[in-house]
Amino acid sequence: MPIRTVMKANEAAAWAAKLAKPKVIAAFPITPSTLVPEKISEFVANGELEAEFIKVESEHSAISACVGASAAGVRTFTATASQGLALMHEVLFIAAGMRLPIVIAVGNRSLSAPINIWNDWQDTISERDTGWLQFYAENNQEALDLILIAFKVAENEKVLLPTMVGFDAFILTHTVEPVEIPDQELVDEFLGEYNPKYAYLDPEKPITQGTLAFPAHYMEARYTVWEANENAKKVIDEVFAEFEKKFGRKYSKIEEYRTDDAEIVFVTMGSLAGTVKEYVDYLREKGIKAGAAKLTVYRPFPAEEVRELAGKAKVIALLEKNITFSIGGALFQDFSRALINQKEKPILVDFILGLGGRDVTFKDLDEALEISRKALAGEEFEEVNWIGLRKEIL
Amino acid sequence: MAESPFKADIERVQKEYSEKMTPGAIARIPGSSVINKTGSWRVFMPEFNRDKCVRCYLCYIYCPEPAIYLDEENYPVFDYDYCKGCGICANECPVDAIVMVRETK
Repeated sequence: MPIRTVMKANEAAAWAAKLAKPKVIAAFPITPSTLVPEKISEFVANGELEAEFIKVESEHSAISACVGASAAGVRTFTATASQGLALMHEVLFIAAGMRLPIVIAVGNRSLSAPINIWNDWQDTISERDTGWLQFYAENNQEALDLILIAFKVAENEKVLLPTMVGFDAFILTHTVEPVEIPDQELVDEFLGEYNPKYAYLDPEKPITQGTLAFPAHYMEARYTVWEANENAKKVIDEVFAEFEKKFGRKYSKIEEYRTDDAEIVFVTMGSLAGTVKEYVDYLREKGIKAGAAKLTVYRPFPAEEVRELAGKAKVIALLEKNITFSIGGALFQDFSRALINQKEKPILVDFILGLGGRDVTFKDLDEALEISRKALAGEEFEEVNWIGLRKEIL
Repeated sequence: MAESPFKADIERVQKEYSEKMTPGAIARIPGSSVINKTGSWRVFMPEFNRDKCVRCYLCYIYCPEPAIYLDEENYPVFDYDYCKGCGICANECPVDAIVMVRETK
């Protein structure tokens, strides 16, 4: 029987790892993710999880140990955030290139400087070119579910890509919410054992992993990572369907909310989606045709679903907790790429907000709405807008 | 002239080797690096003087490739398919039986 309880997203992530039964966990503590490996080490020490828990001296070593363990052929898990993920950066490319289905739980946190421990998505967004798949959780239940889903997708023979699951620092990592812990037997059925087809060590059948590729082969190796990302789109849908059948909770790459006759659709990720859905209800009561959409899957980028969504909206307002300087938010770039060659497309307006843990309130969303309505009315508008800026101290 | 001890290996690899890309660019055939004839990297090549050689094996032991093997009379044989021309053999040779000469192709 599933257990209904209350816990923080960090605990939910640790529980997901326990249910997935990785054989190796290597982790280094960092705010706000420390509780994930702490809880897992407890599971291991109590004999509730049969795994090797490797205490390492840095995040670079944590992910390197995961690469080694995964290349040896076992299910592998770690957790980190912010500077920790940034320190893993070079090894993230290696994990994806070697096609090792490692799963990382990330408590999405801002990057220094100035040093700040609170939530935005700059850490994972900055890793979007590494080849890793990226999922974002709206709440603690999603954090747990998406980690299980991440293992299943990552280990699929057509995918074989490492996957990171992001959940917002403090807003989720340290907030207690109701969570249903699924039945171990069902999880076992859902995930099965990890039986690698290519990447494993067997003295009887020696292979070389992490090879050198000359110019004659490098591009093809990179192309296979592109292809695997493309394959992941279909696999993710299949795994979402299987998950729903087994556990009763429905996931989709883009979750739409009251978009059917919407003129303005607010698009976001993570916990902000909850606020935005609430805001849409509030606008609907006032007779404003607004809708919301949440990207659960950010990599592979769900371009097809974005086009479908775009067909329903006149203005898409992108609410993002990340910034590419001199360009705008990552979603703005990605949505532009998905829509640029479409005959009919909505106007895109980009909003940078909630950086470094600043709360996003209805007042901020009102500011975004006002600019979006200008765009809707055909008036001049700024493409990239910093919302909630304290102009008085600038 | 003696045969390279790697001859069988090289033949095996050449028979099994495929360029087909695997996920993770895994090299599935052990020892398959023999298909890379690293001799093309060479600028200087070791020139061997059999008359001076005292058969001490130092060149054979020190060659990092290894691109030196021994013939039936235990004299060194240089495998120019793989010798990168590093010059360690010439440097170690106590009787100057090996000298590095600029290679012209």
